[in-house]
Amino acid sequence: MSAEPSSSTSWTRNEIAARLARDIPDGAYVNLGIGLPTLVSNFLPSDREIILHTENGMLGMGPEAAEGQIDPDLINAGKIPVTELPGASYFHHGDSFGMMRGGHLDVCVLGAFQVSKTGDLANWSTGAPDAIPAVGGAMDLAIGAKQVFVMMELASKKGVSKLVETCTYPLTGLGCVDRLYTDRAVFELSTDGATVIELVGATTIDELQGLTGLELRYRKIPE
Amino acid sequence: MISKTSESAAAALADVADGATIMIGGFGLAGQPMQLIDALLEQGATDLTVVSNNAGNGDTGLAALIGARRVRKIVCSFPRQTDSHIFDALYRSGGIELELVPQGNLAERIRAAGAGIGAFFTPTGFGTALAEGKETRTIGGRDFVLEHPLFADVALISAYRADRLGNLTYRKTSRNFGPIMAGAAATTVVQVDRVVEAGDLDPEAVVTPGIFVNRIVVTGDRFDREEWADVR
Repeated sequence: MSAEPSSSTSWTRNEIAARLARDIPDGAYVNLGIGLPTLVSNFLPSDREIILHTENGMLGMGPEAAEGQIDPDLINAGKIPVTELPGASYFHHGDSFGMMRGGHLDVCVLGAFQVSKTGDLANWSTGAPDAIPAVGGAMDLAIGAKQVFVMMELASKKGVSKLVETCTYPLTGLGCVDRLYTDRAVFELSTDGATVIELVGATTIDELQGLTGLELRYRKIPE
Repeated sequence: MISKTSESAAAALADVADGATIMIGGFGLAGQPMQLIDALLEQGATDLTVVSNNAGNGDTGLAALIGARRVRKIVCSFPRQTDSHIFDALYRSGGIELELVPQGNLAERIRAAGAGIGAFFTPTGFGTALAEGKETRTIGGRDFVLEHPLFADVALISAYRADRLGNLTYRKTSRNFGPIMAGAAATTVVQVDRVVEAGDLDPEAVVTPGIFVNRIVVTGDRFDREEWADVR
């Protein structure tokens, strides 16, 4: 699939996914979180062998099952029927989360409500008092890979930055996000704060600093 | 001669007591032991604590058990789903207690119970609301939370094939919590499509050894059911 053309200062969700997919190396074991991150699977480079993990007990997950191929025993973490690729394996939940916690996965891709400049992640609850809490594997995934990538739009629908000094939503994990892929820029996060490593189109550092209220470094990383 | 096969689901669950802690396998509907849950509904035990990943889907299985007001408390990772209306309504009205546990910690607490582990330090949840009030420790420069095992009186799980000794094989992602729940309960009841002769399961392919299984209920071939029509 090719990403549709974008405006000069921002990427579409597909373009964010396509950009992120380019950073997943050949041979990587990868978990794509529920929601936005599943878009990444459409852009995985065809010349790389990338093994997808689903936390409900499978490595070598294939595409979503087409009509007429539905197997109730073969679903992904979003409970959507999927398929298996040659070389797939199944395992129980203890092993599946051991794979994550034990640092065996190379990359995990997550969505977020907020990410702090030092890589704290908030993606499981907005803290609304009437909401029914549900965490699933979010906290395990946040600490469950050698590299944790987040993809999200940089600003909320109301124009408020979701990259923040300190998260105000309930935390999923502390200092766990390594890279943040947004519609305006790609960031590297560490205990030292946020570094912009790629600007989208004509976006400037000044604009990003204005939007986020953060002091941002810029260090262009060649892909 | 050992034979763990029960004559019916009702017979296998006859001694489940009020107030019991019940583990129920499954991730969504995959691996959810529907016939055993239906039998538990029929059996009548109430004031139950249920340990399961979700809090029921639609109107059947675990959702029906919750809807019948038989569950006092649920320990799970992801109660809220698009089709969890029965749990949602009861939770909002204060009719059910919820202990929310990150999915990997839930799995490891279940595994720990079966493996004789007193408690364990896990990085998952450190610094979050779900670790509040729990003991923490920094080990090798990394922060951990102390989590305790989860035991059950009865585990209800679903597998594919059993032999009379209770050795089990599973099918695809319906395995999920089955193998670890089998170890964590005083009594493990499994529903399987079919029981085969001892020796008919390849010992190298057995996933849950029979030592973890107490009672077997035969439900008939899943491929005869409408939901499996595509893969028959």
